[in-house]
Amino acid sequence: MAYRTKPLRPIQLIFSSSAFALLLLLTLGTVITLWLHADIGFQLLVSDWAIIKFTIFQALTSATISILIAIPAARALSRRKFKGRQVVLTLMGAPFILPTIVAILGILAVWGRSGYVSEFLQKIGNDPINIYGFYGVVLAHVFFNIPLATRLIVQGWTAIPVEQFRLAAQLGISTSGIGRHIERPMLRTVVPGAFLIIFLLCISSFAIALALGGGPKATTIELAIYQALRFDFNLAKASQLAMIQFSLCAILGSLAIFITKPINFIQGLDHEIERWDGNEIHHKIFDILVLLIVCLFLFLPLFSIIIRGAVPLFTLPALVWIAALNSIVVAVISAFLSVGMAISMSIFIIKMSYKLPIMSKAMEIISFLILASSPLVIGTGLFILTFPFISPFTIALPMTALVNAAMSLPFSLRMILPAMTNAENQYGRLADSLGMNDWARFNIAIWPRLRRPVGFSIGLAAALSMGDLGVITLFAPPDVATLPLVMYRMMSSYQLTGAAGVALLLVSLSIILFWIFDRGGRLEHKIR
Amino acid sequence: MNKFTTLAAGLILTLASPALAEKLPKLTVYTYDSFVSDWGPGPLIEKAFEATCACDLNLVGAGDGAALLTRLQLEGERSEADIALGLDTNLTAKATATGLFARHSTNTTNLDLPIDWADDIFIPYDWGYFAFVYDNTKVTNIPNSFEALINMPDDFKIVIQDPRSSTPGLGLLLWVKQAYGERASEIWSGLSPKILTVTAGWSEAYGMFTNGEADMVLSYTTSPAYHIIAENDLTKSAAKFEEGHYMQIEVAAKLASSNQPELADKFLDFMISDKFQSIIPTTNWMYPAVIPSEGLPVGFDKLITPSKSLIINSNEAQEVRDEALAEWLTELSR
Repeated sequence: MAYRTKPLRPIQLIFSSSAFALLLLLTLGTVITLWLHADIGFQLLVSDWAIIKFTIFQALTSATISILIAIPAARALSRRKFKGRQVVLTLMGAPFILPTIVAILGILAVWGRSGYVSEFLQKIGNDPINIYGFYGVVLAHVFFNIPLATRLIVQGWTAIPVEQFRLAAQLGISTSGIGRHIERPMLRTVVPGAFLIIFLLCISSFAIALALGGGPKATTIELAIYQALRFDFNLAKASQLAMIQFSLCAILGSLAIFITKPINFIQGLDHEIERWDGNEIHHKIFDILVLLIVCLFLFLPLFSIIIRGAVPLFTLPALVWIAALNSIVVAVISAFLSVGMAISMSIFIIKMSYKLPIMSKAMEIISFLILASSPLVIGTGLFILTFPFISPFTIALPMTALVNAAMSLPFSLRMILPAMTNAENQYGRLADSLGMNDWARFNIAIWPRLRRPVGFSIGLAAALSMGDLGVITLFAPPDVATLPLVMYRMMSSYQLTGAAGVALLLVSLSIILFWIFDRGGRLEHKIR
Repeated sequence: MNKFTTLAAGLILTLASPALAEKLPKLTVYTYDSFVSDWGPGPLIEKAFEATCACDLNLVGAGDGAALLTRLQLEGERSEADIALGLDTNLTAKATATGLFARHSTNTTNLDLPIDWADDIFIPYDWGYFAFVYDNTKVTNIPNSFEALINMPDDFKIVIQDPRSSTPGLGLLLWVKQAYGERASEIWSGLSPKILTVTAGWSEAYGMFTNGEADMVLSYTTSPAYHIIAENDLTKSAAKFEEGHYMQIEVAAKLASSNQPELADKFLDFMISDKFQSIIPTTNWMYPAVIPSEGLPVGFDKLITPSKSLIINSNEAQEVRDEALAEWLTELSR
């Protein structure tokens, strides 16, 4: 128990508390800033409640469906070995990082009035489909979030020690028995967190919900915030709506953490997963079908992005490549920042959980707040805070990197915290009893079990940062741009073809970044 | 980590910051993004003005027109901006009320606008009409009014923008209100089934239209000029409506807090000069506020000319806007 009672070292304390401070500043801090800056009060109207109800309802539906599809997809991916499995896993990250406008046009290329599906239906003599409306919103959100949900749940499967499956096989436990005794308890630890993340992502959606929702019926809280800030310059209303987003986050966050039932798998020897179950033919067919459908659903819109962008990609002007370089630098820095924060916060939360379990849970919830926060509120709040002291132009890129890092922190934390908790539970005491110093302890007992989630998190954070327009719009000086900003500028200057090329470049670079780090985390993954 | 951030920040700044300009007086103009982009008027205007002013013209993109005003309101009197360029007449009353803008000293008697101009703060630099744009190889039965549009076949669909987040969206709202007054609700209720969807910004809507998702898109009468001149594509046209077309007049003004008031006045004079005005049509794809000496570029002659110009007095715009928005939300949310 020596380690557990040992206080945090000052350096760890500084790291983790500045990470928490940053999160609080970007979330509650920016909202309070707006509130203090407002010169008029504000009361929510009846119409605002309709917006809140719609926002919650579509987010609940989207998150539920995403999870329901992701569970069988993740199971298929974790119990089948096939050529191209890794490619599928990597490409699956793509929808998630698409800039909204690219995603809208990609989804419509498949599901729109003149999309692939309608074209096919018309060829065989049917009417084209009309997806605009509630279904459109859910479809788009499911498209965005299945990949993330699947990856988070696959990670859960990967965490099950292979010994469990071997034991089950030796005991002759059936596939359904394995589901009941091994897989279901695992899902209970992973699914609530994944559900929460997706719910929050759907809450802060705005352009997608509107475009596919078919009109103002599909107004989300985020659009109301946009309207309050841009149309009415009503800072009080914007901050109040942002507080509602946070409250939703806090309520669902507590619920998710309450439902989550941590399991302790008996220590395994970290061999690569091998499965003896699910070999009946109907299991195989089911898995293949699930993967086929999910892949078609996810990759067809991507295919349309490739088709549209392939030709203009080769004629892009030089400034696009400069912007691409800016974006890559910002992405890599923010990814390492994000994961650094996630690791130090994980250490803090785990230590805390022994002494002050409630505080530790509260911190986990705080880390989710950023997902529920409005990028526009963050940007505006930061602008108000920094403007009196420093010209916004001089800090555009560092600010973007910092905000992007914070934005991807919840994902990194979701991957790293459970892995670290497990490693700590399984090897922590052993390491302590061997009298390892802090560095050896981390390097030998903990790190090998963190490599995969850390690699994945850096990759994801980098890719997310690439695709995010972020706060750069408010801070960008005339001659500094990121790739998404250039793409939006091209689109608003009729350069739609060129913009399609930039979109393809953006997606490709994001996937490459993701692949490099994710792969880096998996190299030599066999643990001593 | 702090050390790391500072280091990283420093590195990026060194990489990204432009060579320090020589000590010329600097005039900072806040404008919208598409104005400063490489495909917009910004780069040419900067070159032209800097050739005459012995100054450094600093064009800053701040989102769209509405975001521009928000930005100036947030910055208040400490703003670096000397000029705001890119508000339109729907925003000028609100902008005047902020007290951030100063009177101009420019002679505006030779403006070529369809309406009279008398504003002592804002000066127009270009203008256009909102219109529905369609593909003339696909649409043959062209609606010539909102009522004709309502009576189009069921599968005829348009894409519009949300007035709460987009300038053309707001333009359409005021267009219907100005043309139909009390009947505006009724028109929106009739249009509702024709509206495929509403997008947050112009780009999404225009992208959906060019991808063949909708038959018509809300844009400008001058949009086809882009396709004709820049792409040699004659397939895009704007539908002429009998009710007349709502105008957008884009304006600029000097900030009261400017520390370069004389240079700012010089820029505003330059803005309605032949040089600036001749750049506008084929970069901003709008009508110039003053017809340049060599006339409008070839291609503009193929555009429709509305029989009536509609515009709401900027002082009433705010009030009309709120009422019209409530009607719009009610009818389209059914």
